[in-house]
Amino acid sequence: MNNQGIEIRWHGRGGQGAKSAALLLADVAFKTGAHVQGFPEYGPERMGAPITAYNRISNNEIRVHSNIYFPDLVVVVDETLLAAVDVTAGLKEDGAIIVNTAKKADEIRPLLNGYKGKVYTVDARRISVETLGKYFPNSPMLAAAVAVGKVMDTDLFISEMRASYEHKFAKKPEVIEGNMKALTKTIEELGEVL
Amino acid sequence: MSKKDRMSGNEAVAYAIRQINPDVMPAFPITPSTEIPQMVSTYIANGEMDTEFIPVESEHSSMSAAIGAEAAGARSLTATSSAGLALMWEELLLAASNRMPLVLALVNRTLSGPININCDHSDSMGARDTGWIQIYAENNQEAYDNFIQAYPIAEDKRVHLPVMICQDGFITSHAVENILLEEDAAVKEFVGEYNPEEFLLNPGKPIAVGPYSISSYAMEARYNQELAMENSKEVILEVAKKFKEKFGRGFELFEEYRTEDADYIMLIMGSAAGTAKQAVDDLREKGMKVGVLKLRVFRPFPAEEIAMALKNCKAVAIMDRTESYNGHGGPLASEVTAGLYRSKVMIETVCYTYGLAGRDFTVETAYEIFDELKDVAENGKKVKQHRYIGLRSKERS
Repeated sequence: MNNQGIEIRWHGRGGQGAKSAALLLADVAFKTGAHVQGFPEYGPERMGAPITAYNRISNNEIRVHSNIYFPDLVVVVDETLLAAVDVTAGLKEDGAIIVNTAKKADEIRPLLNGYKGKVYTVDARRISVETLGKYFPNSPMLAAAVAVGKVMDTDLFISEMRASYEHKFAKKPEVIEGNMKALTKTIEELGEVL
Repeated sequence: MSKKDRMSGNEAVAYAIRQINPDVMPAFPITPSTEIPQMVSTYIANGEMDTEFIPVESEHSSMSAAIGAEAAGARSLTATSSAGLALMWEELLLAASNRMPLVLALVNRTLSGPININCDHSDSMGARDTGWIQIYAENNQEAYDNFIQAYPIAEDKRVHLPVMICQDGFITSHAVENILLEEDAAVKEFVGEYNPEEFLLNPGKPIAVGPYSISSYAMEARYNQELAMENSKEVILEVAKKFKEKFGRGFELFEEYRTEDADYIMLIMGSAAGTAKQAVDDLREKGMKVGVLKLRVFRPFPAEEIAMALKNCKAVAIMDRTESYNGHGGPLASEVTAGLYRSKVMIETVCYTYGLAGRDFTVETAYEIFDELKDVAENGKKVKQHRYIGLRSKERS
Protein backbone atom coordinates (compact mmCIF):
# COMPACT_ATOMS: atom_id res chain seq x y z
CA MET A 1 0.00 0.00 0.00
CA ASN A 2 1.44 3.39 -0.99
CA ASN A 3 0.48 6.84 0.33
CA GLN A 4 -2.44 7.05 -2.03
CA GLY A 5 -3.85 3.95 -0.39
CA ILE A 6 -5.22 0.88 -2.10
CA GLU A 7 -8.51 0.11 -3.84
CA ILE A 8 -9.63 -3.50 -4.01
CA ARG A 9 -12.48 -5.11 -5.94
CA TRP A 10 -13.82 -8.53 -4.96
CA HIS A 11 -15.67 -10.82 -7.35
CA GLY A 12 -17.52 -13.75 -5.89
CA ARG A 13 -20.76 -15.62 -6.02
CA GLY A 14 -23.57 -15.06 -3.53
CA GLY A 15 -22.99 -17.27 -0.48
CA GLN A 16 -19.19 -17.63 -0.83
CA GLY A 17 -18.33 -14.89 1.62
CA ALA A 18 -16.79 -12.25 -0.68
CA LYS A 19 -18.84 -9.57 1.04
CA SER A 20 -17.82 -10.87 4.47
CA ALA A 21 -14.17 -10.95 3.37
CA ALA A 22 -14.36 -7.30 2.27
CA LEU A 23 -15.95 -6.29 5.57
CA LEU A 24 -13.38 -8.34 7.53
CA LEU A 25 -10.56 -6.71 5.56
CA ALA A 26 -11.90 -3.23 6.43
CA ASP A 27 -12.15 -4.34 10.02
CA VAL A 28 -8.61 -5.67 10.31
CA ALA A 29 -7.00 -2.83 8.30
CA PHE A 30 -8.66 -0.37 10.71
CA LYS A 31 -6.39 -1.81 13.43
CA THR A 32 -3.38 -0.25 11.70
CA GLY A 33 -4.91 3.20 12.16
CA ALA A 34 -5.86 3.46 8.50
CA HIS A 35 -9.04 4.94 7.09
CA VAL A 36 -11.10 2.11 5.68
CA GLN A 37 -14.17 1.41 3.58
CA GLY A 38 -15.70 -2.01 2.97
CA PHE A 39 -18.97 -2.33 1.09
CA PRO A 40 -20.90 -4.74 -1.07
CA GLU A 41 -22.74 -4.06 -4.32
CA TYR A 42 -26.06 -5.82 -4.14
CA GLY A 43 -27.38 -7.43 -7.29
CA PRO A 44 -29.98 -10.16 -7.49
CA GLU A 45 -30.28 -11.66 -4.01
CA ARG A 46 -29.81 -15.34 -4.66
CA MET A 47 -27.17 -17.96 -3.93
CA GLY A 48 -24.64 -18.25 -6.72
CA ALA A 49 -25.33 -14.92 -8.45
CA PRO A 50 -22.17 -12.92 -9.25
CA ILE A 51 -21.59 -10.30 -6.55
CA THR A 52 -19.04 -7.54 -6.16
CA ALA A 53 -17.60 -6.04 -3.00
CA TYR A 54 -15.07 -3.26 -2.50
CA ASN A 55 -12.39 -1.94 -0.16
CA ARG A 56 -10.71 1.42 0.04
CA ILE A 57 -7.86 1.62 2.54
CA SER A 58 -5.92 4.85 2.92
CA ASN A 59 -3.93 6.97 5.32
CA ASN A 60 -6.19 9.88 4.40
CA GLU A 61 -9.88 10.41 5.04
CA ILE A 62 -12.01 8.60 2.44
CA ARG A 63 -14.91 10.65 1.09
CA VAL A 64 -15.64 8.99 -2.25
CA HIS A 65 -18.74 6.81 -2.06
CA SER A 66 -18.84 5.26 -5.51
CA ASN A 67 -17.94 1.77 -6.62
CA ILE A 68 -14.33 1.17 -7.67
CA TYR A 69 -13.68 1.19 -11.43
CA PHE A 70 -9.86 1.39 -11.46
CA PRO A 71 -8.75 -0.99 -8.71
CA ASP A 72 -5.18 -1.68 -7.64
CA LEU A 73 -6.09 -5.23 -6.77
CA VAL A 74 -8.81 -7.64 -7.89
CA VAL A 75 -9.67 -10.77 -5.93
CA VAL A 76 -11.65 -13.48 -7.74
CA VAL A 77 -13.20 -15.84 -5.20
CA ASP A 78 -14.79 -18.12 -7.82
CA GLU A 79 -12.82 -19.27 -10.86
CA THR A 80 -15.96 -19.78 -12.97
CA LEU A 81 -16.50 -16.01 -12.92
CA LEU A 82 -13.56 -15.60 -15.31
CA ALA A 83 -15.88 -16.74 -18.12
CA ALA A 84 -18.86 -14.67 -16.92
CA VAL A 85 -17.50 -11.32 -15.71
CA ASP A 86 -14.79 -8.98 -17.06
CA VAL A 87 -12.84 -9.21 -13.81
CA THR A 88 -9.82 -7.21 -15.04
CA ALA A 89 -11.93 -4.24 -16.23
CA GLY A 90 -10.09 -1.08 -15.23
CA LEU A 91 -7.50 -3.01 -13.21
CA LYS A 92 -4.29 -1.00 -13.11
CA GLU A 93 -1.39 -2.41 -15.12
CA ASP A 94 0.90 -2.01 -12.11
CA GLY A 95 -1.70 -3.72 -9.96
CA ALA A 96 -2.44 -7.40 -9.45
CA ILE A 97 -5.15 -10.01 -9.60
CA ILE A 98 -5.57 -13.02 -7.33
CA VAL A 99 -7.66 -15.95 -8.54
CA ASN A 100 -8.92 -18.85 -6.46
CA THR A 101 -7.94 -21.86 -8.56
CA ALA A 102 -5.87 -25.04 -8.49
CA LYS A 103 -4.16 -23.87 -11.69
CA LYS A 104 -0.87 -21.98 -11.97
CA ALA A 105 -0.77 -18.26 -12.74
CA ASP A 106 0.57 -18.97 -16.25
CA GLU A 107 -2.50 -21.08 -17.01
CA ILE A 108 -4.87 -18.34 -15.78
CA ARG A 109 -3.27 -15.39 -17.54
CA PRO A 110 -4.65 -16.32 -21.01
CA LEU A 111 -8.17 -16.09 -19.54
CA LEU A 112 -7.68 -12.48 -18.39
CA ASN A 113 -8.37 -10.48 -21.59
CA GLY A 114 -4.70 -9.66 -22.13
CA TYR A 115 -4.09 -8.29 -18.65
CA LYS A 116 -0.37 -7.53 -18.34
CA GLY A 117 -0.01 -6.95 -14.59
CA LYS A 118 0.81 -9.46 -11.89
CA VAL A 119 -1.29 -12.62 -11.65
CA TYR A 120 -1.40 -14.77 -8.50
CA THR A 121 -3.32 -17.94 -7.85
CA VAL A 122 -4.43 -19.41 -4.53
CA ASP A 123 -5.87 -22.90 -4.25
CA ALA A 124 -8.38 -21.84 -1.63
CA ARG A 125 -10.38 -25.04 -2.00
CA ARG A 126 -7.43 -27.28 -1.13
CA ILE A 127 -6.23 -24.98 1.66
CA SER A 128 -9.73 -24.67 3.10
CA VAL A 129 -10.44 -28.40 2.98
CA GLU A 130 -7.03 -29.22 4.51
CA THR A 131 -7.37 -26.72 7.35
CA LEU A 132 -11.11 -26.42 7.96
CA GLY A 133 -12.35 -29.71 6.55
CA LYS A 134 -14.88 -27.76 4.46
CA TYR A 135 -14.85 -25.37 1.52
CA PHE A 136 -14.98 -21.78 2.80
CA PRO A 137 -12.81 -19.77 0.40
CA ASN A 138 -13.00 -16.40 2.12
CA SER A 139 -10.31 -16.88 4.78
CA PRO A 140 -7.60 -17.92 2.29
CA MET A 141 -8.64 -15.16 -0.14
CA LEU A 142 -8.61 -12.57 2.65
CA ALA A 143 -5.07 -13.59 3.62
CA ALA A 144 -4.03 -13.45 -0.03
CA ALA A 145 -5.47 -9.95 -0.46
CA VAL A 146 -3.55 -8.71 2.60
CA ALA A 147 -0.28 -10.33 1.49
CA VAL A 148 -0.42 -9.35 -2.21
CA GLY A 149 -1.86 -5.89 -1.55
CA LYS A 150 0.64 -5.29 1.28
CA VAL A 151 -2.31 -3.93 3.22
CA MET A 152 -0.58 -4.46 6.56
CA ASP A 153 2.21 -6.39 8.23
CA THR A 154 1.25 -10.07 7.96
CA ASP A 155 2.22 -10.85 11.59
CA LEU A 156 -0.05 -8.06 12.81
CA PHE A 157 -2.74 -9.32 10.44
CA ILE A 158 -2.52 -12.82 11.91
CA SER A 159 -2.70 -11.63 15.52
CA GLU A 160 -5.60 -9.26 14.79
CA MET A 161 -7.48 -11.98 12.91
CA ARG A 162 -7.19 -14.31 15.88
CA ALA A 163 -8.87 -11.67 18.05
CA SER A 164 -11.47 -11.10 15.37
CA TYR A 165 -12.29 -14.81 14.98
CA GLU A 166 -12.41 -15.27 18.76
CA HIS A 167 -15.09 -12.58 18.81
CA LYS A 168 -16.92 -13.73 15.67
CA PHE A 169 -16.89 -17.42 16.55
CA ALA A 170 -17.40 -17.07 20.31
CA LYS A 171 -20.12 -19.73 20.07
CA LYS A 172 -18.19 -21.96 17.64
CA PRO A 173 -14.61 -21.92 19.04
CA GLU A 174 -13.81 -25.18 17.26
CA VAL A 175 -13.53 -23.37 13.90
CA ILE A 176 -11.04 -20.73 15.09
CA GLU A 177 -7.88 -22.84 14.76
CA GLY A 178 -8.87 -24.09 11.30
CA ASN A 179 -9.44 -20.54 10.06
CA MET A 180 -6.13 -19.40 11.56
CA LYS A 181 -4.34 -22.26 9.79
CA ALA A 182 -6.07 -21.32 6.52
CA LEU A 183 -4.69 -17.79 6.84
CA THR A 184 -1.11 -18.78 7.72
CA LYS A 185 -0.95 -21.54 5.12
CA THR A 186 -2.10 -19.14 2.38
CA ILE A 187 0.49 -16.56 3.35
CA GLU A 188 3.22 -19.26 3.47
CA GLU A 189 2.32 -20.58 0.03
CA LEU A 190 2.13 -17.08 -1.48
CA GLY A 191 5.49 -16.28 0.12
CA GLU A 192 7.07 -18.51 -2.50
CA VAL A 193 5.82 -16.40 -5.40
CA LEU A 194 5.63 -12.92 -3.88
CA MET B 1 -13.38 11.04 25.22
CA SER B 2 -14.41 9.99 21.75
CA LYS B 3 -13.52 6.47 20.70
CA LYS B 4 -12.20 5.62 17.24
CA ASP B 5 -14.09 2.72 15.77
CA ARG B 6 -15.34 1.34 12.45
CA MET B 7 -18.86 0.25 11.67
CA SER B 8 -21.66 0.44 9.13
CA GLY B 9 -24.24 3.20 9.06
CA ASN B 10 -26.85 0.76 10.37
CA GLU B 11 -24.59 -0.18 13.28
CA ALA B 12 -23.87 3.49 13.98
CA VAL B 13 -27.56 4.37 14.29
CA ALA B 14 -28.29 1.25 16.38
CA TYR B 15 -25.38 2.26 18.64
CA ALA B 16 -26.86 5.76 19.09
CA ILE B 17 -30.28 4.23 19.87
CA ARG B 18 -28.67 2.02 22.54
CA GLN B 19 -26.96 5.04 24.07
CA ILE B 20 -30.15 7.12 24.12
CA ASN B 21 -32.21 4.15 25.35
CA PRO B 22 -35.66 5.51 24.37
CA ASP B 23 -38.79 4.09 26.01
CA VAL B 24 -40.54 2.31 23.15
CA MET B 25 -39.50 1.03 19.71
CA PRO B 26 -42.19 -0.60 17.62
CA ALA B 27 -40.70 -1.90 14.36
CA PHE B 28 -41.35 -4.29 11.53
CA PRO B 29 -38.12 -6.21 11.86
CA ILE B 30 -37.47 -7.64 8.38
CA THR B 31 -37.22 -6.50 4.76
CA PRO B 32 -37.77 -3.76 3.62
CA SER B 33 -36.30 -2.54 6.89
CA THR B 34 -32.57 -2.84 7.44
CA GLU B 35 -30.58 -4.47 10.25
CA ILE B 36 -31.29 -1.55 12.61
CA PRO B 37 -34.30 -3.12 14.46
CA GLN B 38 -32.46 -6.45 14.63
CA MET B 39 -29.38 -4.80 16.12
CA VAL B 40 -31.45 -2.87 18.65
CA SER B 41 -33.37 -5.98 19.67
CA THR B 42 -30.02 -7.75 20.17
CA TYR B 43 -28.87 -4.97 22.50
CA ILE B 44 -32.14 -5.37 24.42
CA ALA B 45 -31.81 -9.17 24.58
CA ASN B 46 -28.27 -8.76 25.90
CA GLY B 47 -29.50 -6.43 28.63
CA GLU B 48 -27.54 -3.46 27.29
CA MET B 49 -30.66 -1.28 27.09
CA ASP B 50 -34.24 -1.58 28.31
CA THR B 51 -36.31 -0.04 25.52
CA GLU B 52 -39.65 -1.82 25.05
CA PHE B 53 -39.30 -3.39 21.60
CA ILE B 54 -42.59 -4.24 19.90
CA PRO B 55 -42.26 -6.46 16.82
CA VAL B 56 -45.31 -5.56 14.74
CA GLU B 57 -46.85 -7.08 11.64
CA SER B 58 -46.40 -4.07 9.34
CA GLU B 59 -45.04 -0.56 9.13
CA HIS B 60 -48.61 0.75 9.23
CA SER B 61 -48.66 -0.72 12.72
CA SER B 62 -45.14 0.32 13.73
CA MET B 63 -45.86 3.99 13.11
CA SER B 64 -49.31 3.67 14.74
CA ALA B 65 -47.77 2.08 17.83
CA ALA B 66 -45.00 4.69 17.94
CA ILE B 67 -47.64 7.45 17.86
CA GLY B 68 -49.61 5.70 20.59
CA ALA B 69 -46.57 5.29 22.81
CA GLU B 70 -45.46 8.86 22.24
CA ALA B 71 -48.97 10.15 23.01
CA ALA B 72 -48.88 8.18 26.26
CA GLY B 73 -45.76 10.10 27.23
CA ALA B 74 -43.04 7.65 26.20
CA ARG B 75 -40.02 8.64 24.10
CA SER B 76 -40.53 6.55 20.96
CA LEU B 77 -38.93 5.71 17.67
CA THR B 78 -39.06 3.33 14.76
CA ALA B 79 -36.86 2.45 11.80
CA THR B 80 -37.69 1.58 8.23
CA SER B 81 -36.78 1.88 4.58
CA SER B 82 -38.37 2.15 1.13
CA ALA B 83 -41.78 0.48 0.86
CA GLY B 84 -41.93 0.36 4.66
CA LEU B 85 -42.09 4.15 4.72
CA ALA B 86 -44.75 4.10 2.01
CA LEU B 87 -46.89 1.78 4.12
CA MET B 88 -46.80 4.20 7.08
CA TRP B 89 -47.88 7.17 4.93
CA GLU B 90 -51.18 7.89 6.67
CA GLU B 91 -49.56 7.68 10.10
CA LEU B 92 -46.64 9.93 9.11
CA LEU B 93 -49.17 12.73 8.67
CA LEU B 94 -50.85 11.85 11.98
CA ALA B 95 -47.55 11.85 13.86
CA ALA B 96 -46.83 15.36 12.63
CA SER B 97 -50.33 16.80 13.03
CA ASN B 98 -50.62 15.37 16.55
CA ARG B 99 -47.24 17.01 17.20
CA MET B 100 -45.52 13.82 18.32
CA PRO B 101 -41.78 14.34 18.81
CA LEU B 102 -40.85 10.83 17.76
CA VAL B 103 -37.86 9.86 15.65
CA LEU B 104 -37.65 7.67 12.56
CA ALA B 105 -34.33 6.13 11.50
CA LEU B 106 -34.74 6.00 7.74
CA VAL B 107 -32.40 4.19 5.38
CA ASN B 108 -33.07 5.72 1.97
CA ARG B 109 -33.92 3.06 -0.55
CA THR B 110 -35.91 3.33 -3.74
CA LEU B 111 -39.61 2.71 -4.09
CA SER B 112 -40.79 0.30 -6.78
CA GLY B 113 -40.98 -0.06 -9.70
CA PRO B 114 -39.26 -1.59 -11.49
CA ILE B 115 -38.62 -3.64 -8.39
CA ASN B 116 -35.27 -2.62 -6.96
CA ILE B 117 -33.83 -2.39 -3.46
CA ASN B 118 -30.99 0.09 -3.88
CA CYS B 119 -30.36 3.66 -2.85
CA ASP B 120 -32.21 6.72 -3.94
CA HIS B 121 -34.26 9.33 -2.11
CA SER B 122 -37.70 8.48 -3.51
CA ASP B 123 -38.96 7.14 -0.17
CA SER B 124 -38.24 10.20 2.01
CA MET B 125 -38.83 12.67 -0.83
CA GLY B 126 -42.27 11.17 -1.30
CA ALA B 127 -42.88 11.96 2.37
CA ARG B 128 -41.54 15.50 2.10
CA ASP B 129 -44.91 17.17 2.68
CA THR B 130 -46.02 15.04 5.63
CA GLY B 131 -44.83 17.58 8.21
CA TRP B 132 -41.69 15.77 9.35
CA ILE B 133 -38.33 17.40 9.84
CA GLN B 134 -35.85 15.66 7.51
CA ILE B 135 -32.09 15.56 8.11
CA TYR B 136 -29.70 13.80 5.71
CA ALA B 137 -26.21 12.35 6.26
CA GLU B 138 -23.14 12.09 4.05
CA ASN B 139 -21.65 9.14 5.93
CA ASN B 140 -22.01 6.90 8.99
CA GLN B 141 -20.53 9.59 11.28
CA GLU B 142 -23.18 12.09 10.29
CA ALA B 143 -25.95 9.50 10.59
CA TYR B 144 -24.77 8.87 14.16
CA ASP B 145 -24.33 12.56 15.02
CA ASN B 146 -27.68 13.54 13.46
CA PHE B 147 -29.48 10.81 15.38
CA ILE B 148 -28.08 12.11 18.68
CA GLN B 149 -29.42 15.57 17.80
CA ALA B 150 -32.88 14.32 16.79
CA TYR B 151 -34.71 14.21 20.15
CA PRO B 152 -33.43 17.58 21.41
CA ILE B 153 -34.82 19.10 18.20
CA ALA B 154 -38.12 17.15 18.17
CA GLU B 155 -38.92 17.63 21.86
CA ASP B 156 -38.16 21.35 22.01
CA LYS B 157 -41.34 23.22 23.00
CA ARG B 158 -40.99 25.49 19.97
CA VAL B 159 -41.01 22.48 17.66
CA HIS B 160 -42.90 19.39 18.84
CA LEU B 161 -42.56 17.70 15.49
CA PRO B 162 -41.33 14.26 14.44
CA VAL B 163 -37.84 13.96 12.95
CA MET B 164 -36.66 11.66 10.16
CA ILE B 165 -32.93 10.91 10.27
CA CYS B 166 -31.97 9.78 6.76
CA GLN B 167 -28.92 7.93 5.47
CA ASP B 168 -28.21 6.46 2.05
CA GLY B 169 -29.20 2.82 1.67
CA PHE B 170 -26.29 0.38 1.22
CA ILE B 171 -23.80 3.15 0.33
CA THR B 172 -23.85 4.34 3.94
CA SER B 173 -26.06 1.85 5.75
CA HIS B 174 -24.16 -1.31 4.74
CA ALA B 175 -20.64 0.10 4.31
CA VAL B 176 -18.07 -0.21 7.07
CA GLU B 177 -16.18 3.03 7.61
CA ASN B 178 -14.24 4.79 10.36
CA ILE B 179 -16.27 6.62 12.97
CA LEU B 180 -15.81 8.52 16.24
CA LEU B 181 -18.19 7.30 18.94
CA GLU B 182 -19.02 9.30 22.04
CA GLU B 183 -19.31 7.95 25.57
CA ASP B 184 -22.70 6.63 26.68
CA ALA B 185 -22.96 9.08 29.58
CA ALA B 186 -22.08 12.07 27.39
CA VAL B 187 -24.71 11.10 24.80
CA LYS B 188 -27.34 10.54 27.50
CA GLU B 189 -26.53 13.89 29.04
CA PHE B 190 -26.75 15.64 25.67
CA VAL B 191 -30.12 14.11 24.80
CA GLY B 192 -31.49 14.51 28.34
CA GLU B 193 -34.60 13.08 30.00
CA TYR B 194 -37.93 13.35 28.22
CA ASN B 195 -40.42 15.39 30.24
CA PRO B 196 -43.54 15.82 28.11
CA GLU B 197 -45.84 18.63 29.22
CA GLU B 198 -49.04 16.94 28.14
CA PHE B 199 -49.59 13.22 27.67
CA LEU B 200 -52.32 10.62 27.92
CA LEU B 201 -51.06 8.75 30.98
CA ASN B 202 -51.26 11.84 33.13
CA PRO B 203 -54.29 11.45 35.40
CA GLY B 204 -53.93 14.97 36.80
CA LYS B 205 -54.30 16.58 33.40
CA PRO B 206 -56.53 14.61 31.04
CA ILE B 207 -56.23 15.36 27.31
CA ALA B 208 -57.58 13.95 24.05
CA VAL B 209 -55.20 13.09 21.22
CA GLY B 210 -56.28 12.86 17.62
CA PRO B 211 -60.00 13.69 17.82
CA TYR B 212 -62.07 14.93 14.87
CA SER B 213 -61.35 18.57 14.22
CA ILE B 214 -64.13 20.59 12.71
CA SER B 215 -63.46 23.02 9.88
CA SER B 216 -63.62 26.01 12.16
CA TYR B 217 -60.45 24.78 13.92
CA ALA B 218 -58.59 22.33 11.69
CA MET B 219 -56.95 25.01 9.56
CA GLU B 220 -55.46 26.67 12.65
CA ALA B 221 -53.94 23.33 13.62
CA ARG B 222 -52.27 23.13 10.23
CA TYR B 223 -51.10 26.72 10.52
CA ASN B 224 -49.53 26.01 13.90
CA GLN B 225 -47.81 23.00 12.40
CA GLU B 226 -46.30 25.21 9.72
CA LEU B 227 -45.18 27.72 12.36
CA ALA B 228 -43.51 24.91 14.30
CA MET B 229 -41.66 23.88 11.15
CA GLU B 230 -40.48 27.45 10.67
CA ASN B 231 -39.39 27.60 14.34
CA SER B 232 -37.48 24.36 14.02
CA LYS B 233 -34.82 26.02 11.89
CA GLU B 234 -33.38 28.01 14.79
CA VAL B 235 -33.76 25.03 17.13
CA ILE B 236 -31.83 22.79 14.71
CA LEU B 237 -29.04 25.38 14.67
CA GLU B 238 -29.06 25.75 18.48
CA VAL B 239 -28.84 22.00 18.96
CA ALA B 240 -26.02 21.82 16.40
CA LYS B 241 -24.15 24.52 18.30
CA LYS B 242 -24.50 22.64 21.58
CA PHE B 243 -23.41 19.45 19.83
CA LYS B 244 -20.28 21.18 18.58
CA GLU B 245 -19.50 22.55 22.03
CA LYS B 246 -19.82 19.09 23.55
CA PHE B 247 -18.43 16.81 20.84
CA GLY B 248 -16.47 19.12 18.53
CA ARG B 249 -18.21 18.32 15.27
CA GLY B 250 -20.10 21.23 13.75
CA PHE B 251 -23.31 21.19 11.71
CA GLU B 252 -25.44 23.81 9.97
CA LEU B 253 -28.54 23.63 7.78
CA PHE B 254 -26.12 22.90 4.95
CA GLU B 255 -22.37 22.59 4.53
CA GLU B 256 -20.50 24.91 2.19
CA TYR B 257 -17.42 23.17 0.84
CA ARG B 258 -14.96 25.50 -0.93
CA THR B 259 -17.86 27.65 -2.16
CA GLU B 260 -16.55 31.01 -1.00
CA ASP B 261 -14.96 32.04 -4.31
CA ALA B 262 -16.56 29.30 -6.43
CA ASP B 263 -17.81 30.02 -9.95
CA TYR B 264 -19.63 26.71 -10.13
CA ILE B 265 -21.40 24.95 -7.28
CA MET B 266 -23.02 21.55 -7.03
CA LEU B 267 -25.95 21.37 -4.62
CA ILE B 268 -26.34 17.78 -3.47
CA MET B 269 -27.50 15.64 -0.51
CA GLY B 270 -26.32 12.43 1.10
CA SER B 271 -23.37 10.18 0.37
CA ALA B 272 -22.78 11.57 -3.14
CA ALA B 273 -21.69 14.85 -1.51
CA GLY B 274 -18.43 13.17 -0.43
CA THR B 275 -17.76 12.03 -3.98
CA ALA B 276 -18.52 15.56 -5.22
CA LYS B 277 -16.05 17.03 -2.68
CA GLN B 278 -13.29 14.81 -4.09
CA ALA B 279 -14.13 16.10 -7.59
CA VAL B 280 -13.94 19.67 -6.26
CA ASP B 281 -10.46 19.08 -4.80
CA ASP B 282 -9.26 17.52 -8.07
CA LEU B 283 -10.66 20.35 -10.22
CA ARG B 284 -9.32 23.02 -7.86
CA GLU B 285 -5.84 21.52 -8.42
CA LYS B 286 -6.38 22.31 -12.10
CA GLY B 287 -7.43 25.87 -11.32
CA MET B 288 -11.21 25.51 -11.70
CA LYS B 289 -13.08 27.38 -8.98
CA VAL B 290 -15.75 24.90 -7.91
CA GLY B 291 -17.53 24.01 -4.70
CA VAL B 292 -20.21 21.85 -3.13
CA LEU B 293 -23.26 22.92 -1.16
CA LYS B 294 -24.30 19.83 0.79
CA LEU B 295 -27.85 20.14 2.01
CA ARG B 296 -28.28 18.58 5.44
CA VAL B 297 -31.73 19.83 6.43
CA PHE B 298 -34.36 19.44 3.71
CA ARG B 299 -37.33 20.07 6.02
CA PRO B 300 -37.56 22.86 7.04
CA PHE B 301 -36.26 24.02 3.67
CA PRO B 302 -33.62 26.76 4.00
CA ALA B 303 -34.62 28.49 0.75
CA GLU B 304 -33.34 31.97 1.49
CA GLU B 305 -30.13 30.74 3.14
CA ILE B 306 -29.37 28.63 0.06
CA ALA B 307 -30.05 31.55 -2.28
CA MET B 308 -27.66 33.74 -0.27
CA ALA B 309 -24.98 31.02 -0.35
CA LEU B 310 -25.28 30.70 -4.12
CA LYS B 311 -25.64 34.35 -5.05
CA ASN B 312 -22.04 34.94 -6.09
CA CYS B 313 -21.53 31.89 -8.28
CA LYS B 314 -22.09 31.78 -12.04
CA ALA B 315 -24.01 28.52 -12.22
CA VAL B 316 -25.33 25.81 -9.91
CA ALA B 317 -26.05 22.15 -10.58
CA ILE B 318 -29.05 21.05 -8.51
CA MET B 319 -28.87 17.32 -7.94
CA ASP B 320 -31.99 15.23 -7.29
CA ARG B 321 -31.75 11.57 -6.37
CA THR B 322 -35.43 11.10 -7.10
CA GLU B 323 -37.93 11.91 -9.83
CA SER B 324 -41.05 14.04 -9.49
CA TYR B 325 -42.51 12.97 -12.86
CA ASN B 326 -43.64 16.53 -13.53
CA GLY B 327 -41.58 17.23 -16.64
CA HIS B 328 -39.84 20.01 -14.77
CA GLY B 329 -37.38 18.65 -12.21
CA GLY B 330 -37.11 16.91 -8.85
CA PRO B 331 -37.98 18.37 -5.43
CA LEU B 332 -34.61 20.08 -4.93
CA ALA B 333 -34.75 21.52 -8.43
CA SER B 334 -38.19 23.03 -7.84
CA GLU B 335 -37.56 24.33 -4.35
CA VAL B 336 -34.06 25.71 -4.92
CA THR B 337 -35.01 27.52 -8.13
CA ALA B 338 -38.14 28.95 -6.46
CA GLY B 339 -35.94 30.15 -3.58
CA LEU B 340 -33.46 31.77 -5.97
CA TYR B 341 -36.25 33.60 -7.79
CA ARG B 342 -37.82 34.86 -4.58
CA SER B 343 -34.44 36.17 -3.40
CA LYS B 344 -33.82 37.70 -6.87
CA VAL B 345 -30.66 35.62 -7.37
CA MET B 346 -30.64 35.16 -11.14
CA ILE B 347 -27.80 32.69 -11.68
CA GLU B 348 -27.74 29.87 -14.23
CA THR B 349 -29.15 26.58 -13.00
CA VAL B 350 -29.11 23.07 -14.42
CA CYS B 351 -31.19 20.44 -12.64
CA TYR B 352 -29.85 16.91 -12.82
CA THR B 353 -31.53 13.66 -11.87
CA TYR B 354 -28.88 11.14 -10.81
CA GLY B 355 -28.36 7.91 -8.91
CA LEU B 356 -31.86 6.43 -9.21
CA ALA B 357 -32.34 2.88 -7.94
CA GLY B 358 -28.68 2.51 -7.02
CA ARG B 359 -27.13 3.93 -10.22
CA ASP B 360 -23.61 4.87 -9.18
CA PHE B 361 -22.49 8.50 -8.86
CA THR B 362 -18.77 8.82 -9.56
CA VAL B 363 -16.08 11.48 -9.32
CA GLU B 364 -15.98 11.44 -13.15
CA THR B 365 -19.72 12.21 -13.31
CA ALA B 366 -19.11 15.21 -11.07
CA TYR B 367 -16.30 16.43 -13.39
CA GLU B 368 -18.70 16.15 -16.31
CA ILE B 369 -21.32 18.24 -14.52
CA PHE B 370 -18.87 20.99 -13.54
CA ASP B 371 -17.59 21.11 -17.15
CA GLU B 372 -21.14 21.48 -18.39
CA LEU B 373 -21.87 24.29 -15.92
CA LYS B 374 -18.81 26.10 -17.21
CA ASP B 375 -19.96 25.60 -20.78
CA VAL B 376 -23.39 26.98 -19.92
CA ALA B 377 -22.08 30.05 -18.08
CA GLU B 378 -19.10 30.93 -20.29
CA ASN B 379 -20.08 29.74 -23.74
CA GLY B 380 -23.83 30.09 -23.48
CA LYS B 381 -24.31 26.39 -24.14
CA LYS B 382 -28.00 25.57 -24.21
CA VAL B 383 -28.89 22.50 -22.19
CA LYS B 384 -32.18 21.07 -21.08
CA GLN B 385 -33.00 22.52 -17.68
CA HIS B 386 -33.98 19.11 -16.39
CA ARG B 387 -31.36 16.53 -17.37
CA TYR B 388 -30.53 12.96 -16.49
CA ILE B 389 -26.90 12.12 -15.73
CA GLY B 390 -25.45 8.62 -15.67
CA LEU B 391 -27.82 6.96 -18.14
CA ARG B 392 -26.51 4.00 -20.14
CA SER B 393 -26.98 5.98 -23.35
CA LYS B 394 -25.94 9.63 -23.20
CA GLU B 395 -28.02 10.67 -26.21
CA ARG B 396 -31.20 10.18 -24.27
CA SER B 397 -30.34 12.53 -21.45
